[in-house]
Amino acid sequence: MISGRCAACKYLRRRCPSHCIFSPYFPPNDPQRFACVHRIYGASNVGKMLLKLPPHLRAQTADTLYMEAKCRIQDPVYGCVGIISHLHQQIRIAESQLAKTQAEIAVFNSIAREAQVQEIEADSNFFKNLLPEEITAAGLRSYGYGSPSTQTFKFN
Amino acid sequence: MKGHEPRSSSSCAACKLLKRRCTPKCIFAPYFSSDEPSKFANVHKVFGASNVSKILTEVPEEQREDTVNSLAYEAEARLRDPVYGCIGAITLLQRKMVELQHDLAIARACLARYAASSSSSASSCSSSLVWDDHVIMPPYPDVPACNGLNYGFSQTSSDLTQYGPVNDFGHSPYVL
Repeated sequence: MISGRCAACKYLRRRCPSHCIFSPYFPPNDPQRFACVHRIYGASNVGKMLLKLPPHLRAQTADTLYMEAKCRIQDPVYGCVGIISHLHQQIRIAESQLAKTQAEIAVFNSIAREAQVQEIEADSNFFKNLLPEEITAAGLRSYGYGSPSTQTFKFN
Repeated sequence: MKGHEPRSSSSCAACKLLKRRCTPKCIFAPYFSSDEPSKFANVHKVFGASNVSKILTEVPEEQREDTVNSLAYEAEARLRDPVYGCIGAITLLQRKMVELQHDLAIARACLARYAASSSSSASSCSSSLVWDDHVIMPPYPDVPACNGLNYGFSQTSSDLTQYGPVNDFGHSPYVL
């Protein structure tokens, strides 16, 4: 049957049987897909790999084989391993930048906490030094702690 | 009876596996030594000896060692994970990169808020005592909150079969 052959059987110039292992994954409208895969892996190896797997995983396998083959054709020395290596490098850089930024945030946090502690201590000392008669609403107002009330407060 | 030439005792792993004589000009010999038989076995299983030979002849000699090592890596990945091979590792790494970039953006925004608040004059304590039996101390300078940072990066698994279905090749920076 000449019409209806898959890309693999067209490339290999053979009859495309009804249960051709390639035909679901290498349609005739994309001849380059099989050509790539055949160039790197060989039709026989691809067929063996697909046959070893259950049918529901074969489409994904054909896709990833095609991607790796394309990478290898574009970069015959490193193929997709070059991409992996580049990604590892990028991740190392990003992790280092993140650690640096986190360290800077930690510095700001500790400065802010220190400032808070100092303010608490300052205010605590301020109240301790007040004479009892100064601890009135009017007295507090004069120190900047305004209140409309004239209540007297007890400090333990 | 035809005399057989004695087989070289220094056959490379490829010629040993292929059961042929290892000549001095064997293209595999410099890169597949006989003490690493599995390296060639894996590469042969996935790519086939003749395809490997073609790839090696197409690259300059000084780059053949790197080529062999990357082929061996890919073959091992494909044998460990027949469905995704190296593509699975790429997808995991891309996801990790996206998470890192997200966390870095959040951390930098947080740092920028800190820098902005520290460059403005230090805010004095405003008077907002609650008049009750107990005195509540005045409020303190507003420190920008940096909650919600996600530092729980997903770990890159060395087991290439641990990833699920991969359908987002199109979203990766590396659209293959």
